[in-house]
Amino acid sequence: MRYIPHTEEDVRQMLAAIGVTSIADLFAEIPAESRLDRPLALPAPLSESELLRDLQSLAAQNATASSQLSFLGGGAYNHFIPSVIDQLISRSEFYTAYTPYQPEISQGTLQAVFEYQTLICQLTGMEVSNASMYDGASACAEAVLMAARATKRKQILLAASLHPEYRETVTTYCQYLGMELIDVPTASSGRIDAAALAGLLGKETAAVVVGYPNFFGIIEELEPIAAAAHVAGALLVTAVAEPIALGLLKSPGELGADIVIGEGQSFGMPVSFGGPGVGFFAAREKLVRSMPGRLIGATRDKNGKRGFVLTLATREQHIRREKATSNICSNQGMCALMASMYLTLLGKNGIREVAQQNLSKATYARSAIAALPGFRLPYSAPMFNEFVVEVEGDVVALLTRLEGQGILGGISLARFWPGMHNRFLVCVTEQHRRQDIDALVAALKGGAA
Amino acid sequence: MEFPEELKYTEEHEWVMIEDDIVTVGITDFAQDSLGDVVFVELPEVGAMLEAGKSFGVVESVKAVSDVYSPVSGEVVEINEDLPDTPELINTSAYEDGWMIKIRLSDTAELDDLLDADAYQAFVDEQG
Amino acid sequence: MRVGTSGLQLNEKLIFEHSDPGRRGYSLPALDVRVATLPPELVRTEVPGFPEVSEVDVVRHFTRLSTWNYGVDSGFYPLGSCTMKYNPKVNETAARIPGLAGCHPYTPETLSQGALGLMYGLQTALAEISGFSAVTLQPAAGAHGELAGMLMIRAWHEAKGNKRRKVLIPDTAHGTNPATAALCGYDVVPIASGGSGVLTAETVASFMNDDVAALMVTNPNTLGLFESDIVKICDIVHAGGGLVYCDGANLNALMGIARPGDLGIDAMHFNLHKTFATPHGGGGPGSGPVGVAEKLIPYLPKPMVVKNDQGYGLDFDRPQSIGRLRSFYGNFGIMVRAWAYILTMGGSGLKQASEMAVLNANYIRARLEPVYNLPHKHRSLHEVVFNDANLANDCHTLDVAKRLIDYGYHPPTIYFPLVVKGAIMIEPTETESMETLDEFCDAMLAIARESQENPDLLHAAPTITRVQRLDETAAARQPCLCWNPADFV
Repeated sequence: MRYIPHTEEDVRQMLAAIGVTSIADLFAEIPAESRLDRPLALPAPLSESELLRDLQSLAAQNATASSQLSFLGGGAYNHFIPSVIDQLISRSEFYTAYTPYQPEISQGTLQAVFEYQTLICQLTGMEVSNASMYDGASACAEAVLMAARATKRKQILLAASLHPEYRETVTTYCQYLGMELIDVPTASSGRIDAAALAGLLGKETAAVVVGYPNFFGIIEELEPIAAAAHVAGALLVTAVAEPIALGLLKSPGELGADIVIGEGQSFGMPVSFGGPGVGFFAAREKLVRSMPGRLIGATRDKNGKRGFVLTLATREQHIRREKATSNICSNQGMCALMASMYLTLLGKNGIREVAQQNLSKATYARSAIAALPGFRLPYSAPMFNEFVVEVEGDVVALLTRLEGQGILGGISLARFWPGMHNRFLVCVTEQHRRQDIDALVAALKGGAA
Repeated sequence: MEFPEELKYTEEHEWVMIEDDIVTVGITDFAQDSLGDVVFVELPEVGAMLEAGKSFGVVESVKAVSDVYSPVSGEVVEINEDLPDTPELINTSAYEDGWMIKIRLSDTAELDDLLDADAYQAFVDEQG
Repeated sequence: MRVGTSGLQLNEKLIFEHSDPGRRGYSLPALDVRVATLPPELVRTEVPGFPEVSEVDVVRHFTRLSTWNYGVDSGFYPLGSCTMKYNPKVNETAARIPGLAGCHPYTPETLSQGALGLMYGLQTALAEISGFSAVTLQPAAGAHGELAGMLMIRAWHEAKGNKRRKVLIPDTAHGTNPATAALCGYDVVPIASGGSGVLTAETVASFMNDDVAALMVTNPNTLGLFESDIVKICDIVHAGGGLVYCDGANLNALMGIARPGDLGIDAMHFNLHKTFATPHGGGGPGSGPVGVAEKLIPYLPKPMVVKNDQGYGLDFDRPQSIGRLRSFYGNFGIMVRAWAYILTMGGSGLKQASEMAVLNANYIRARLEPVYNLPHKHRSLHEVVFNDANLANDCHTLDVAKRLIDYGYHPPTIYFPLVVKGAIMIEPTETESMETLDEFCDAMLAIARESQENPDLLHAAPTITRVQRLDETAAARQPCLCWNPADFV
């Protein structure tokens, strides 16, 4: 086995040094009746070439944005990934390191994640960001728990237009903690129903959670939502599943949000069947001691040289145990590094330009589809790079017909809401050329029939 | 290690200075030394009602957290406003500038449960 | 030869300090549709503070930062409890295969059979390795797996109408265990492990009562010792109406040797980023699948990957499920790496990995025990825990760790488990040769000698790193968590 360097002679010498005669002696503390008395029923070892051939043939059974014309979004996005990123993350000093517990030999990770925290703060308009969470959905659940800690309240108002998988994750995390989760309906504009929200906000409300953009691609007006939440003594949690939008949209911080979480997969990571991406988590400075996850801070070494360390660790499970702000330990550090590289390459102009291209192309597609007979747009408010289309007839039949033409036309909303069987969600990014959009529109013509 | 004679102590390593019905509370020299450099202190608000033996605040060093327990029951009448910005006062002056809160006693009988300096020193020595 | 040496070190600013207006590091095709605009009240003018740098600036920046790191590829990384084994390169190639990396999670099942089939294969293999009836791949890391497992245990109790409130956790446990129990709404009851370092059936029996929902154990435990009473312990907890959760962080000692599912454990998470050789990535991403006994299958998170007449599919119709723990199906890219590892090793290779991991730990123990204090004497499995009790001249565990850096090693885990004062927890893994172990042990013994002869070498260490000991107190007292030009003059 090429990953195990021991020769028979090594093993013999080592056993002698230990003072035992066989490998089996080393396992003497495991009672005989507890041992497995047969070989593991697993396939025989493969050589490197056999392995790659097998995996290539599995991969060939999957559709991708290269093999099909794909308009799938819904929380995982097909954006261009500059070559620099894969080259740089292949530096194994980065990817084969552990959590930076020994700062003197982890300054590369520490400085890079400090830069990541800064970029996330700049993008979200927040004052502090942690070093990453698992994904957008679990970050959303952690934000809800943090809001409950900070306000000492238990009721959470969740916009019905929040990503449904974020909503489900919040439910899972909260199920045994005495929390009350209430959905706030969506208005005909596609935005949160402000009147309904006003009616629900009260003295027990810890937080209002809204997507920005929401799951339907709609850009919420955060300022009045924040104001209403704050009057009730609640926090505004903003969930950003498509953070490219923040290159163009006013930051949630500028509009009054208290906690901003989201999914960073759009920043230089492949869709990878849903993971790994990176959950980002940012908040107001006054909430920092209530935050989950690791934090990296700047300091000096004993000679006065600038350096970075893990800090405020007393919030975390390895010190505070059952009183910790979260149970999280491993995060998505490598993905945070990828996000840093992506945002650094794009910079101030690039993040805006790529966001602008997404908006323009999606707007072009939306207008063209809306002009088709039998299709309509159920929501009127401004959107970013995704939009909901309503069709006369069965969406699943329509999307299946498109699959036959090599087009993944969108996500049926019936997947999440059975009542929405005639609606689907279309995502357009900078990766789509005008002719790709035209091909989708042409294929949609004729509708579900 | 200092154990001032004029103070009373608890087995949770708080010290107590008694002036009529007002008691001042902090953590002992032994406690600050065990914790190391204090980096953060969390105090209750003035007006909070405390119960003897219940946690009223937290003292943190870089790698440890310690709850601080109220030695007596009563109302918080004053907190040390300097501590949030200069938590190191607990290290440099545990018994003076590093005081944490003042409580108006609701039950003077609770004072009888406190240790005197000799008893506390013996308790600490026992802890090794 | 001493591995640690000094050489040319390159300083590097923060990326923001490189910024120069007008520089760019990206390219985009010309926009081929009309520019769309949003209402002005929705739009920001810029992202304040974002850098403006060239591609070359970015490449140099991150390349230089990488040289300040120490990874498994740099050298020996005996970080106890973390299983820092070699991360095979073909696994990286595998995860980047476009048909795997580029598959969208909402691709129709008929067009994602490769991805679903891979997941099905991996969960089936993990069930065989662990002896559990079913495995979910959804959790993103070990602690996330603990959450899944403990929520299932709670759901099982709730379904029976049990209102139990307490979870027993030995004091040797990882901090994630009590934090997870609290997240499931349970109160934690710590159990003192006692002098031997092993949990006895009698101890568990004395804590077991009608209010105990579960016991969380780690096996082998964090002292590197096999919990030899585990079968009896499981029987006691089950007889008392509770369930047993196992923290699977230390599975690297047991593959092909014993299966937690056969021992009576009801649920256990795997750390693919430990036992199954996926890289730790400077903190993540990991993957924390959970195996469960038959009785917990109804409560598994949804969706589950299933095999049906049409091939592989996602089963969302699970009315008793605890729900989903994250978006989509898990850290698929990490699953690809772990699957590649299992296929490369085969059953025999996995068993050999566990055997050599245990051999390596015992070899280090044999070489260091004459000098370093070993508080627990039971036979070690995959890791060994010493402490600093034998050291003189005010030399402590931290000093040994820092001095090891000067010798060219990543230090072991220190000050954990908490029950060993000044713990030095060494986990060599199977991918290290006798030669590497000898060099490391020589360094440890040299450091012990230095502590006698010249303790300043330990107190000052590390001295050949780019930065020396950092002021963590200042970092915590005045947190600076975000770059701001005013703080960085």
